[in-house]
Amino acid sequence: MGLSSIAYDLGSGLNGPMSISHLSSPRQQLAFSAKSCSRACITVRAADGNSGSMRAPPSTVRASKLVTNAVAVKSETASIAATKSGHELLLFEALREGLEEEMERDPRVCVLGEDVGHYGGSYKVTKGLAEKFGDLRVLDTPIAENSFTGMAVGAAMTGLRPIVEGMNMGFLLLAYNQISNNCGMLHYTSGGQFTIPVVIRGPGGVGRQLGAEHSQRLESYFQSVPGLQMVACSTPYNAKGLMKAAIRSENPVILCEHVLLYNLKERIPDEEYVCCLERAELVRPGKDVTILTYSRMRHHVLQAAKSLINKGYDPEIIDIISLKPFDLHTIGNSIKKTHKVLIVEECMRTGGIGASLRASIMDNFWDYLDAPIMCLSSQDVPTPYAGTLEEATVVQPPQIVKAIKQLCG
Amino acid sequence: MVLGRSFEDMCAQMYYRGKMFGFVHLYNGQEAVSTGFVKCLKPEDYVCSTYRDHVHALSKGVPARAVMSELFGKATGICRGQGGSMHMFSKEHGLLGGFAFIGEGIPVATGAAFKTKYEREVLKNDKADAVTVAFFGDGTCNNGQFFECLNMAALWKLPIIFVVENNLWAIGMSHYRATSVPEIWKKGPAFGMPGIHVDGMDVLKVREVALEAVARARRGDGPTLVECETYRFRGHSLADPDELRKPAEKAHYAARDPIIALKKYLLESGLVDETDLRSIDKKIDEIVEDAVEFADASPLPPRSQLLENVFADPKGFGIGPDGKYRCEDPAFTAGTAQV
Repeated sequence: MGLSSIAYDLGSGLNGPMSISHLSSPRQQLAFSAKSCSRACITVRAADGNSGSMRAPPSTVRASKLVTNAVAVKSETASIAATKSGHELLLFEALREGLEEEMERDPRVCVLGEDVGHYGGSYKVTKGLAEKFGDLRVLDTPIAENSFTGMAVGAAMTGLRPIVEGMNMGFLLLAYNQISNNCGMLHYTSGGQFTIPVVIRGPGGVGRQLGAEHSQRLESYFQSVPGLQMVACSTPYNAKGLMKAAIRSENPVILCEHVLLYNLKERIPDEEYVCCLERAELVRPGKDVTILTYSRMRHHVLQAAKSLINKGYDPEIIDIISLKPFDLHTIGNSIKKTHKVLIVEECMRTGGIGASLRASIMDNFWDYLDAPIMCLSSQDVPTPYAGTLEEATVVQPPQIVKAIKQLCG
Repeated sequence: MVLGRSFEDMCAQMYYRGKMFGFVHLYNGQEAVSTGFVKCLKPEDYVCSTYRDHVHALSKGVPARAVMSELFGKATGICRGQGGSMHMFSKEHGLLGGFAFIGEGIPVATGAAFKTKYEREVLKNDKADAVTVAFFGDGTCNNGQFFECLNMAALWKLPIIFVVENNLWAIGMSHYRATSVPEIWKKGPAFGMPGIHVDGMDVLKVREVALEAVARARRGDGPTLVECETYRFRGHSLADPDELRKPAEKAHYAARDPIIALKKYLLESGLVDETDLRSIDKKIDEIVEDAVEFADASPLPPRSQLLENVFADPKGFGIGPDGKYRCEDPAFTAGTAQV
C-alpha cells in the first residue's frame, strides 16, 4: 500500500484549512491532513475500519516512516516527490508571496516598518518588494514605532490598507498606545464611521539565545484589546493564507509570526487561496485527547506525537490559528469526542492564551470533560540567554509526552 | 467663533445640570485658532484634534446638533453616543478625532497626510491635495510622538500643519515648569520645517499664517509648525478648580478676548454695524438652543448598539460552539450575546 495512498490533497482545502471530511476512504481520513504531513509522522493505522481501542499494542500499528526532525525537513515521501503541482518554498517566502499578491491586487496595500524597503526586511519577508513597488509602497520608516503605527492608523482611516512590520514583535510594545487606543478602538468610538484595515505583523517567540528582549511571547499582551483580531501562523501554507486574509479583512489584525519558523519548507498550491482568520486547523484527527496548540509549539507537539503514536496513543492535534477569537466550534467538536484537553503554548502561564482558552473551554464544554484541562506554557521568566536555561523556558516534546501519559493514563 | 463660545458656554450649563458627563474640556478663549485655521480649509481637508475638540468639530462643519447629542450620549450623536466629549469623529467632514491621550492624534494626522502623498505619487491622482491640520497643546510638545512626527513629516514632505495651541498650562503644569526651551516654534527648524509664532488671540493674524501654511502644504513644499499663543478662559476641564493660575494672567488674556477684539475691529473699520452683530448673536443662540432641544429629545442608544461597531467586519467575534459565526446569533444584534 505504501505511502502513496496517504492523502496529500494539494488541490483541496483551498478555501480553508484542514477539512478532511471530503476524503473518501477511512484510511485516508486517518492519515494526517495534507498541509502538515510533510513533517509529521506519517503513520498508517490498520485499515479494517474497526477502530476499537485507539491504544492498540505497537505490533499492530503499521508505523512506516518515522521522520526524525519535526521541523524544516525536506519531505521524504515518494508521493510528495511525485506530485508535480504546487511549489516548494520557505515560510518567509510564503509570507512574501502572499504580500506580493495582495499588493498587486490592490494598489492601496502598502507596507511600512524599519528596514522593510531597501534592506528587504530583517527576515527577508519584503525582499525585492521595494524595487518592484517603489519606496512609498514599501516605506522604510525611522525608528519610531508608536508614531509609524499611528501613521498607519491614520492612513487606514483615510483609505489605504497598510501593513505594519515590527522588526520584532517586542518592538511593538512601543506602539502599544496606538495599537490599543487607536487600532482597536477607533472604529467603535467613531460610531462605525472609520475602518482601520491594518495588519500588524512581526516575529515573536523564543529564538536561539537572542536574549530576553528579543525573545518575548507577547500574544497575551494584545489579547484583551477589544476590536483587534489576532492570528498565529505556523506553516508556509497558513502563513501565506493568513497574510492574504489579514490584508483583505476590514478589521485590524495582528499576525504573529515566529523567529524560528521562517525557514520551514513546504509545498503549497500554485492556485490562489486564502485561509480563514477565525477557523482553527485540524492537524491530525484522533480519539484519545485533544491537543490545542499554535505557532512553534505545533511542531513540538508533532514531534512529541511521533513517540506518542508509537506508544499507542491517538491524539487529536488542533492548531488554533486564531488566538483571538477562539474557534470554539472546531475545539468543541474535538472535546466532545476525546473528553480530555492538553493546551501546549509558548505564551507565559500567567494571563496567557492558554489561560484564556481554559476559561473558554470550561465555560462552554464543562460537561464534556473527563479530566481537568492541562496546560503547558512557558515559564514566567524573562528568556535567559544561556542555551540550557532557554531550553528550559519553553515547552519541550518530552514534557508533552509526559503530560499526555498523565492525562490519558 | 461666536458659535464656538456660545456652544461651550451651553456645555458648561448642561454639564452642571447633569445632562453631560465625564471629562469635558472647553475651548473658551481659543476660538481664534480654530476659526483661523479651519476656515481656510476645503471640505476634503482633514482636521485632527485632541480632547478639546468641540469647537474644531463645529468649525469643520459638524452640525451643532450632532455634537450636542454626542455630548449627551444620545444615539443621534456624531459618533452614535459611543465617543463622547473627547472622541468627536466625522468621516463626512474629515474630522479624524477626538483623542483622549495627548499626542496620539499627531501620528494619525501624519498618516492622513501620508495618504495624500501616496494618492498623488502611487495612485497617480494629480488632484489629490488634501491638507491635514493637527491641533494639540503645549504639554504635547514634550511628548515623543510630537518629535517623531515632526521628523517624519519633514522627511517625506507631508502636507500637514502642526498647530500648537499654547495656552501655557497643561492642567496645572505651567509650560515654563515643564519645558527646557519654552519657544516651541524654534523646534520646527530643528527638524527641517518653518517654525512660526503667532498671536493666537487675533483671528486675522492666525488666518494670515494659516493661509500661507496651507498653501505651502498644498503645493507639496511640506509641513509647517505654527505656535499660537493663546489662553483658555476656563479650567482645563469642568472638573478643574483652576486655582493655580494667577488672576493677573487671566485678566491679561481676558482683555485680549478674540471675539471682542474682532467685533471691535469690524465696527471700527465700518465693515459691519451693531445690528449685524446682534443678528449673528441671535442666530447663534437659536442654533445652540435648537441643538440642546434636539439632543434632549433624541433617544438613548439601545442595547442593540453595544456590539455593533466593535469590528468593521463582525466575523471578528469568531465562531461559536455551534459552528455559526457569533454575529449571526440574534442575541448579537440585541446586544446581549456572549462574546
